[in-house]
Amino acid sequence: MLTGERRQGLALISPTLLYSLLMLAAPLVMVLTFSFWTQNYLDLDTTLTLDNYREAWTKPIYRALLLRSLNISLIVTAVTVGLAFPIAYYLSFHVKQRKALWLFLITVPFWTSYLLRVFLWKVILGYNGVLNTAFTGLGIIDEPLTFLLYNANAVVLTLAHAWAPFAILPIFVALEKIDRSLLEAAEDLGDGPVRRFFRITLPLAMPGVVASTLIVLIPTIGDFITPKLVGGTDGLMIANMIQIQFGKANNAPLGAALAITSMLIVASISAVIFLLGKRFGGKVQ
Amino acid sequence: MASLSTKPIIDLAGVTKTFGSFQALKGINATIHESEFFSLLGPSGCGKTTLLRMIAGFETPTDGTIVIAGEDMAGVPANRRPTNMVFQSYAIFPHLCVAENVGYGLKTRKTPKAEIAREVEQALQMVDLGGLGSRAAHELSGGQRQRVALARALVMKPKVVLLDEPLSALDKQLRDQMQVELRQLQQRLGITFILVTHDQEEALTMSDRIAVMFDGRIAQLASPEELYRRPVDRRVASFIGVMNFLDARATGRMNGHLALDIPALGSIELSSAQVPEGLDLRNLETIGIRPEMLTILFEGSEQTEHVARGEVTGTAYYGDMTYYSVRLPGHAEDVTISMRNTAGRSIVPPGSEVPVGWGADSIVLFQ
Repeated sequence: MLTGERRQGLALISPTLLYSLLMLAAPLVMVLTFSFWTQNYLDLDTTLTLDNYREAWTKPIYRALLLRSLNISLIVTAVTVGLAFPIAYYLSFHVKQRKALWLFLITVPFWTSYLLRVFLWKVILGYNGVLNTAFTGLGIIDEPLTFLLYNANAVVLTLAHAWAPFAILPIFVALEKIDRSLLEAAEDLGDGPVRRFFRITLPLAMPGVVASTLIVLIPTIGDFITPKLVGGTDGLMIANMIQIQFGKANNAPLGAALAITSMLIVASISAVIFLLGKRFGGKVQ
Repeated sequence: MASLSTKPIIDLAGVTKTFGSFQALKGINATIHESEFFSLLGPSGCGKTTLLRMIAGFETPTDGTIVIAGEDMAGVPANRRPTNMVFQSYAIFPHLCVAENVGYGLKTRKTPKAEIAREVEQALQMVDLGGLGSRAAHELSGGQRQRVALARALVMKPKVVLLDEPLSALDKQLRDQMQVELRQLQQRLGITFILVTHDQEEALTMSDRIAVMFDGRIAQLASPEELYRRPVDRRVASFIGVMNFLDARATGRMNGHLALDIPALGSIELSSAQVPEGLDLRNLETIGIRPEMLTILFEGSEQTEHVARGEVTGTAYYGDMTYYSVRLPGHAEDVTISMRNTAGRSIVPPGSEVPVGWGADSIVLFQ
């Protein structure tokens, strides 16, 4: 028997549940099924096979792309969270007035579309871009720098900028939740500011740090717009390859196998990060 | 307390604190002695917590000096002061277990692990939490949290323990029990305790001396008994217990006696010893008398020095006591009289005329 409260709960979540089943679970099952099929020139061979996975895991190009994707997104995550923490800390501990205004300003980058923000970096970093024009104009360099755009660094820079607000907000919330008397207690018991930070502030902010790490890491591994626009050939990531397989290469089953593979890797990395954070954060309830 | 030393441990000289345009403390001068249970008592906003936080090192005085154990504390941060605090919210570290909480400060001091474990267990036993070291912070009840906070401060063996309304979050029964325990612990350890509270009963039962604060100033600093018997002004008198205020006028002074005219009670003579120093008799307008110093005289009651007549207007029954509201002739407000309920004595119903007995030595004079 369903109690009244349970029935009410189910009623409340069922529209969302239906929607996510239809829009998320169904495509996921489709991709999973695809990955065990084989593409013949125009039609699909639906006999189940592991050939796609064999190809995805053994061919050097896919492995290289996967490793590069992981590498880039880990760097992006480290840079983003590393830069977000001081901002969130400052906001939480040192901004006394107009906190809401600061939070509002942090969301300003969202006022333009993601695509536009990526193009913006193209404009800034390009051959005839803002930086190169400024430097040549000032006489610092004779010729425009070419290492700014179309490489992995440009991808890291663009992604880190795009995801910064997502990283700042969870950390800010976690820091705000820390009872300030805990910090005073730590000081009272003999801790200087540095020790206090590592023994109290950081462990208690850990849930926020883990959340923002995952929020940044998971989508960046699968990002394909940024690498395509600013990554050049050095900056191509696994998602670009998946897109190619589904599109131009006309090999959806292989694309599906690559997608499932990277999904599994992201999931296991996320699980590790989550567990590490829990351990480091101690027994926070 | 005869055994109390009068060696100063904390010296406050002209301590002032200004927040923007608000003056929270207006020049505090006080000396707190070694092994003393000292209370800062006052209504909220009187500056008592600010003063405590300044002693702890969380606020800096705008002016004045704080000397602890012979050392000027100007510029000394909280982590280097010989004080430890029990916070109002207890501030138990939520990510650490009980033993890690209590041993927190020892770890900072780089005490060897085995010694930390021993001292933590000792401190936990001191507050009756022996064997609970492995409990997580969130598994503790309110009373246990309070004990952990206390153990965490005591394990540091500070010269002074600062307690910021430590009992205010506990229910009445637990609070009464903790008052006794805290007092006993303090006497056994011989450490100076400074307690901030707004509860006068708490301050009276626990303290050796109390500083009553109003509006950023110490109104009176005295032992609980003296505060209760000889409050310096009407504000202190009504903050500590209940006080009946009656109009009065000094009519003359002769050979060691003061003649007083109290319209509600009659004319009497007081011994000059009862007149506070510095009281200007020309400005004497009010006298005070405690509810338990007035008695409704029953048949067979002991005779009192003076008797007035009054009319009972209301009663409040408290089990062991009954509080009577009594109208005295020539006084607008009813006075409160508290009577112990003894066997066989019934409560006088409102409307009854009763004789009210009192003694001249229980009169307190106010400006």
